Amino acid sequence: MISEMLNKRIQEVNPSGIRKFFDIANQMENVISLGVGEPDFATPWHVRDEAIYSLEKKRTAYTANAGLWELRVEIANYLERRFHLEYDPKDQILVTVGGSEAIDLALRALINPGDEVIIPEPTYVSYRPAVIMAGGVPVAVPTYEEREFRLTAEDLVPHITPETKAVILCYPNNPTGAVMERADLEKIAKALAEHRLLVITDEIYSELVYGIEHVSMASLPGMYDRTLVINGFSKSFAMTGWRLGYAAGPRELLQAMTKIHQYTIMSAPTVSQYAAVEALRHGLPEVERMVQEYNRRRRVLVQGFRSMGLSCFEPKGAFYVFPRVRDLGMTSEEFCTNLLMEERVAVVPGSAFGESGEGFIRCSYAYSLESLQEALRRMARFVEKHAKER
Amino acid sequence: MRQEILQILEGDSRLSAAQIAVMLDSTEEAVQAEISRLEEEGVIVCYHTLIDWEKAGRELVTAHIAVKVTPQRGSGFDQTALRIAEFPEVQAVFLVSGDFDLMVLVEGATIQDIARFVSTKLAVMDSVVSCTTHFVLKKFKQNGRLFGRNHSDERPNILL
Repeated sequence: MISEMLNKRIQEVNPSGIRKFFDIANQMENVISLGVGEPDFATPWHVRDEAIYSLEKKRTAYTANAGLWELRVEIANYLERRFHLEYDPKDQILVTVGGSEAIDLALRALINPGDEVIIPEPTYVSYRPAVIMAGGVPVAVPTYEEREFRLTAEDLVPHITPETKAVILCYPNNPTGAVMERADLEKIAKALAEHRLLVITDEIYSELVYGIEHVSMASLPGMYDRTLVINGFSKSFAMTGWRLGYAAGPRELLQAMTKIHQYTIMSAPTVSQYAAVEALRHGLPEVERMVQEYNRRRRVLVQGFRSMGLSCFEPKGAFYVFPRVRDLGMTSEEFCTNLLMEERVAVVPGSAFGESGEGFIRCSYAYSLESLQEALRRMARFVEKHAKER
Repeated sequence: MRQEILQILEGDSRLSAAQIAVMLDSTEEAVQAEISRLEEEGVIVCYHTLIDWEKAGRELVTAHIAVKVTPQRGSGFDQTALRIAEFPEVQAVFLVSGDFDLMVLVEGATIQDIARFVSTKLAVMDSVVSCTTHFVLKKFKQNGRLFGRNHSDERPNILL
C-alpha cells in the first residue's frame, strides 16, 4: 500500500541500475579497487586539530543560517584570490551540507514543474535525480572522447528550448577528468548570451587540475549575474566526511536558497565550519602536496592503460581516468563484471554516468601508488586475454 | 626535476628510473642520468630501509645521549663529534643549540651495552664534560612514518 502512496517523482527516480554490481564488489574479499570517488588522504592534521579545539571551546551550537561569518569571509577571500570572483559574504555566500545540498537548493529554488535542466554527460550521478525530485525535466547532452569530453556550443545549443531553466556544468569532471579551459568556456558563454537561462557550475574539483589553470564560468564576461558557483571542501582538502560545501552567486538566487536551507537544514555542522576556516587560512600548501601526488599517479594510470592498448585521453582534472574498453567487444558493465570476477579489480562502468559513458570505465587514482600498480598488472592480464579472444 | 626525484626516492627508494619517469612525465634515460649524478655528488647518500625492529622480534635498545663538550682550539666541536661518530654503536651525531652540545643516538642489544658504551668510551673522553642518557621507551614516528599502525582503507570498493 505504501508504495502507491509514495510521491510520484520519487517513484520515478530509479535506484542506480548497477547497484547489484556495487554490492557484489563491496562484499568480495581481496579486491583491488579503483572505484572510489573520494580522496584517500586523511584531512590535514592541523584542520582536524582545529575541529577538536572548537569542541573543547564548547562551540557546539548552531551557526547563522548562511554559515559562520568568518567562514563566509574566508570563502569570499579565497574565491577572489583563486578565481577572481567577487562575492559579498553578507548575502552572496551560503554554507551548505556538502556541495550536494547546494545543488539541491539551487534546483528547488529555480524549477517550476516542467522546467528543463540541461546536463552534459557523462557526469556525476546526482544531478539527474535532483532535477527530477525538484519537479524538473533533465535533458542530457552527450559529450565525446574525440573532444576530450569537453562541452561545445554546437552540442549544447540544439538542446535549449523555451522551457530550459538552467545548465549544470561539472568541470573538472567526474567521471571523465575532463576540464573546460578559458577558450572552451568563452564559446559556451557566447552561445548562452542570447538565451534566458542560468548556469549552475559545480566546481568541487577546481583545486585538482594538472598543468592548467582552473577558470570559473562565473568569471567570464557577462556570466557573473547568471551563474551560481558551487564548491566545497570535500575534494580539495580531503574533507568528504565533514559534509561542507558552499554556493556563491546572484543575491536573489542566494536569498531563495537560504530560505529553503534555513527551514530544512538550519545551518551546516558547526564543527566542520570551524575546521573549514582553518583549511582556507592555512591549508593550501597541503592541497598543493596532494595535487602533486595525484598528478604523479595520474600519469602512471594513463601510461598504464595506453600500454595495454586501450585508448585513453589525457584527463587534466579531478582524480579520474576514463579509458575506452568498447574495442574489447564488451559493454562497460560486462567489462567491469568480468574484471571483478576474473581479476578482482573493481572499477565503475561509464554507463553509470549517462548513456554517452557507455564503452568506457571510470578509474580513480585516489589510491596509493602500490594499489594502482597492482591494479594495472591485473588489468593488463585481463585485457591481453580478452583481446586475444577477439 | 631534481627535487622531485629526491622527494620520490625518499618516500620509496625501490622505484625504478622507468617508473619515476612516468610519474614525472620524463624519460627513463633522463631520470637515470639525474640519479647517477645525485649519487656521484653524494646528494643521495644511501638507499635505506626503515624497519620496525620491535615488530620483527629483535630486542633493540635506543638511547639519545645529551653530551656537553669542551670545544677544542682550532676545531671547535668537530673533532670530538667525529671521534664519537666513529664508534659503530653510534647511529647519529648532531651539534645542537641549548643546554648541551652534541646529541648522540646510540643503539645496543641491551641497556647494559649502552651503559658500558657511555661509561667506558664516551664519558672518559677528555673533551666530554657530562653525559645525560635518555633511553627510548617507544617509537611512534620515525623518518616521517608512523609506527605500529596498519593503514587500512575503510572506504567501500565502489562509491560514486
